[in-house]
Formats: sequence, structure tokens, C-alpha cells
Amino acid sequence: MSRPEDLAPPEVFYNDSESQKYTSSTRVQHIQAKMSLRALELLNLSETSFVLDIGCGSGLSGEILTEEGHIWCGVDISPSMLATGLTRELDGDLMLHDMGQGLPFRAGTFDAAISISAIQWLCNADTSYNDPKRRLMRFFNTLFASLKKGGKFVAQFYPKNDDQAQQILGAAKVAGFSGGLVVDDPESKKNKKFYLVLSSGTSVEDERVNLQGVTMSAEEMVKVRRDKKNVKESNKTYLQRKKELMRKRGRTVAKDSKFTGRKRRSRF
Amino acid sequence: MKFLTSNFLKCSVQDCDRSNDNFPLKFDGEKCQLEQDEGLEFNPEFLLRIIDRVDWPAIVSVASDLGNTTLPPTKPEFANEELSEEDMIILRDLHTLLIQTNIVEGQMMCRNCGHIYYIKNSIPNLLLPPHLA
Repeated sequence: MSRPEDLAPPEVFYNDSESQKYTSSTRVQHIQAKMSLRALELLNLSETSFVLDIGCGSGLSGEILTEEGHIWCGVDISPSMLATGLTRELDGDLMLHDMGQGLPFRAGTFDAAISISAIQWLCNADTSYNDPKRRLMRFFNTLFASLKKGGKFVAQFYPKNDDQAQQILGAAKVAGFSGGLVVDDPESKKNKKFYLVLSSGTSVEDERVNLQGVTMSAEEMVKVRRDKKNVKESNKTYLQRKKELMRKRGRTVAKDSKFTGRKRRSRF
Repeated sequence: MKFLTSNFLKCSVQDCDRSNDNFPLKFDGEKCQLEQDEGLEFNPEFLLRIIDRVDWPAIVSVASDLGNTTLPPTKPEFANEELSEEDMIILRDLHTLLIQTNIVEGQMMCRNCGHIYYIKNSIPNLLLPPHLA
């Protein structure tokens, strides 16, 4: 399956016909609505909030925000998408802007921000002066500034590969966000969805990330406590414990055999 | 673009981040067209929530750019939890000004670098040319 990210820059790819197609397709509408609702669920906003929608397009996700009673602002790079949005009588404000140039908002403006299927575009180098690394940094730095203290950002995105997901997550961490990646339907190749869930510091209001429906992929760590006083560890168990640890860390470790941890006695 | 949004927009040029003049953007009153959008519902909870974040001197200066010089110089305050009738009247006025007023056409300029952003069909174009990005 071809990725639109590989075909053309966003402002070129989402031209008049493509944005018309995108907005009127009931399948796209359905998927976008589902993802927006899921993102809102992860945001866990308690009351009417001022929300930024990054990559709002024709306002499919904005409509959901309005339905949930939030006031929103949207930015998008594609003029055709915004023009399609104008015909749909949206309640939020639309702006033509490139998120990689930094978000032009005063510090502490928004309660929260969402982004549906947009931030993977930041990893593209479409022009000679577009440096994805710089753009990612600028984006996350300005986003961090424009969110209020304890504000949250949930972004659904389509990473090309694991490296890209790590690159985005890394840039967010450097900018000061805490949080991580939530993967929905991890087994299904088609329905697998990545959500970046970030928060900027802790807020005064005791808000917590809504982890409903999230399953942990890592096994619960069972801490083995050894009673140090009573049991003296033998040479062999010590070695095996260390080797096990190194295996967990992904090092190459020699295989265990019956000679492991044995003394090498002198023959003569 | 809602009037409220103008209170949060600053110049997106990176070099202006270090300046204090990148906010608020200066509106060109002669070229701006305003429109009242009656369709938006009055939401007092949201207004009370957002009013803390609003920079009132900027509201006053943008309003005077657009030809409204009747605003009080200090931010209205709502001390009591229970809203009195006077408070509701003030909130309704704020709703009319901040939420229902739309800037449909016009232009705004950064006071620091002088870059002009155009507003068309109530969508501001904040894209920067390559040499400023």
C-alpha cells in the first residue's frame, strides 16, 4: 500500500479533488471520527476546554470536538482542505500554517491539543531547506510552550517504521514532554493505530491519563528479592544471574553448559 | 477568525521569539472587515475559564485597531462563585466581542519584524516564506 507521505508534500497532495474525495468519503469520515473520539478519551478533559487541532484538514475531527462541547482552533497546511472546511460551517477557527515552522501561539494558550493523522508528515524532507529533525524540534518546542501547565497532547499518526516513531517520541521528550506511545490493536496489521500521548508537566488540577482499554504489552516485572543474610550465593548461580541479566540487555552471552561456573583445576 | 484568537496569535518568525513586540499583531483597521456570527452558543463556563488566560491590554489595543475604543482599561473580574445578573451582562458582552465577532478579511502585521499576515475568508495565512522559516 502506498503512503501519501511518499507521493508529494501535504499542500500538494491534498489538492482540490483529493480533499473533496477525502472529506466526502464516508469510510474516511468513520475512521477519523473513531480516532478523534479515542484521542479525546485519552485526553480525558473534564470540562469545556480550548483545544488546538493540528492538521485539522476539513474539520472532521473538529466536528467531534464541537460535539463534545469544546472550543477549538485548527491549523493545516493545505489550502484546499481548509477551503473544503469553509463550506462545512465549522464552529472552530481555521488557520493556514505549517506546523514545522512552529506554532504561533502565546505561552499557555491551550488546555490541550490533538492531531489526527498528521504529525508523520513532519518526518518528510520535501524541500532543500526542510530539515525534519529541526522541524520536529521546533514543532514540539513551540507546542510545549503554547500548552498550559499540565496540558496534554494526543496525536494519532502513521509512522513509516519503528525508527520514525522513535524519532518523533525522542523529539517530544527532548522538548520536555513526558508520556509515550499507546498502540491500539497491536496484532492487526491493518487496524493498528499509534497514539502519541504527551503531557507537559503535572497540572494543579489532579488530572490523570485515562488508561481505560489500554493493555500493557510488557510483562509485569516480578521483583525477586533474595534474602541476603541467609542464602549465600554460589559461584555458579552468581554467574548465571549475571548472564541472564546481560541476555535481557541484549548482549551476546556464551551458552550455559555443565561446565558453567566450574573451577578450572590444575591437572598436574 | 474569532476576535478571541487574535489574543493568542503571535508572529511565527523564529527570530521574533526573543522580542517582546511579537504580540499582539497590529491589525490594519481600514482593511479589516468584521462579521457577527450569531450561531455560536453562549457558554459562560468556557468564558470564565478562558478569561484568566486573556491578555486584556492586548484585547484593548486590538479593539482600538479595529475601531472600538469603548472597552474598559482593566479586565472585568468575577470574584464570586455565584454569578450576579450584572456579571451575566458582562459575560454576554464578552461573548459578543470575543466569540461572535469574526474578522473576515484584513491584514495584521508583526510589530517587531514587520511581516504582514493576510486574512482571507476568515482564514489567516500564517505561512512563512522560505527565508523567514
